[in-house]
Amino acid sequence: MQQLVNGLALGSIYALIALGYTMVYGVLRFINFAHADLLMLGAYAGYFVAPALAPVFGEASYGLLAATVFLAAVACAGVGAGIEYLAYRPLRNRPKLTVLITAIGVSLLMEFGCQHPAVFGAKTRPFPQLLPAEQIHFLGATVSRVDMVIPLVTCGLLMGLWWLVQRTRMGMAMRAVSFNQQAAALMGVNNNRVISFTFALGSALAAVAGVLYSVRASGIDPLMGIRPGLIAFSAAVVGGIGDLAGAVLGGLLLGMLETYVGGLPGVSNYRDAISFGMLVVILLVRPSGLLGRAQVEKV
Amino acid sequence: MRLGGARRWLVLALLVAAAVSAGSGVMNRYYLGVASEVGINVILAVSLNLINGYTGQFSLGHGGFMAVGAYVAAKMTLVFGEQVGAAFQPLLFAGALVAGGGAAALAGLAVGVPSLRLRGDYLAVVTLCFGEIIRVVFQNSAFFGAATGLSGIAPWTTFGWSWGVAALTVYVVLALVHSTYGRGFLAVNDDEIAASAMGLNPLKYKVTAFLVGAFFAGVAGGLFAHMKRAINPEGFNFMRSIDVVVMVILGGMGNTAGVVAAAVLLTVLPELLRGFSDCRMIAYSLLIIVLMLLRPQGLFRRSGKGGGL
Repeated sequence: MQQLVNGLALGSIYALIALGYTMVYGVLRFINFAHADLLMLGAYAGYFVAPALAPVFGEASYGLLAATVFLAAVACAGVGAGIEYLAYRPLRNRPKLTVLITAIGVSLLMEFGCQHPAVFGAKTRPFPQLLPAEQIHFLGATVSRVDMVIPLVTCGLLMGLWWLVQRTRMGMAMRAVSFNQQAAALMGVNNNRVISFTFALGSALAAVAGVLYSVRASGIDPLMGIRPGLIAFSAAVVGGIGDLAGAVLGGLLLGMLETYVGGLPGVSNYRDAISFGMLVVILLVRPSGLLGRAQVEKV
Repeated sequence: MRLGGARRWLVLALLVAAAVSAGSGVMNRYYLGVASEVGINVILAVSLNLINGYTGQFSLGHGGFMAVGAYVAAKMTLVFGEQVGAAFQPLLFAGALVAGGGAAALAGLAVGVPSLRLRGDYLAVVTLCFGEIIRVVFQNSAFFGAATGLSGIAPWTTFGWSWGVAALTVYVVLALVHSTYGRGFLAVNDDEIAASAMGLNPLKYKVTAFLVGAFFAGVAGGLFAHMKRAINPEGFNFMRSIDVVVMVILGGMGNTAGVVAAAVLLTVLPELLRGFSDCRMIAYSLLIIVLMLLRPQGLFRRSGKGGGL
């Protein structure tokens, strides 16, 4: 039971990050390598904002967490849209490889820029306490508050995103751009606005995940995003990238896998290798992911 | 003796390497060390160029292949180094390098086969994951020294070895790509569907590119191990792969001369700018972005992609 709860919480974090990957990929067919670093930026935004908000909402309260998450998400949405405007938009019609390499460059720039002593510095910083420390006992398992909150947030965001994509004008425009950019533009969709919005949304998701991840982890540093980013990316692919429910499914799967493998003696050091190995196997057997539909290549 | 253009250069480069190596006793050891590192980076960049440049795949796993070669070669010389006489040491070293390359080629095969079904972004991520898996395996294997790695490796990598192998690598890659068979690499890069319509098997070409590229990365790893004399898993992380990728991008994908120049430049520049090491990676990443925005074909080529030298 304890393992199940831990796995659920960890998996929900991965699912949250994977949702961001999937949103951007769904519209642009491109992996935003900088997503993991937006997560890190979100965590730092939370780190700086939380002490200022603490007097308003009270130390370690749900209100404080919500306000911190909200502000971090707004900040990251701006940064994400800015990155899109500066680095990706000029490359819109270039080969995919060019965009991919640029994305890797942006990711490295954020990692090493933030490690520079003049920015955040490379050392690990303790993350402020956002939630009451006492734990909840539940069906024989001990659960920290944040582990209760995370699955609820993920669930809520999944439903919110589904509503956004399927039921709003913007969502319809996103689906149109994803289907065929040129045709969408001819139908009067403002592609640039839709893509900026998608990036802002994806980055906000990264920030939410970043703050929640940091509340669980012991500290934050400029390279903190890489590992969860990679695993969440695997999760998005395992579930079928571009598919919202698939991202959550993949995230939960990998979170559970990591929790259970981490508990086994002997193989616990190999948990990352096992997660990545699973990605490779899934890509070999079902390249479109568990929930993805196979695409026929057109000549 | 009549020799074709590429072969003449190979012989010349080997002679230079041997001559400098013979006279290395009187030269500045620091400069020789940097020069050896240049050779190793040339091997890495040129072999990655075969995969990323000529064949148009995108591998981020070169650090992993290098690690396999480094560990296998180092372990071999550590185990057998005591037993062979001084006269057989070069032979053992060469054998260890080939064994390291062979092991890396096997790893390359393991990555190349999944690449049959993947392309672009997916392939990049899978190779990245493979590199990480390889690192995790070395980190946890007591036989290879776990997290502390291997140390006390014999300092056998001389200038001659490093430049000799580099010359050989450049020759093999050029000869391969310019052979009738090798035109297939470029064809697969230009248009996979058209290539298979012409009767070429793109899968075979991709796997061959991974095999050959990984082999030389492994050899470079072996040379690296015998230059640094101590290796640990952290030395072969993702950043190592990125270093090589930057060399290939800067030189221009599928442009061997440019890639060699970039490898030399990116090895020597950081040495000159040691005082600014904080900013090295920042500069690298900015360089990648600006190059992609302004000169996606690399620094040393006029325009377009294709089969130029």
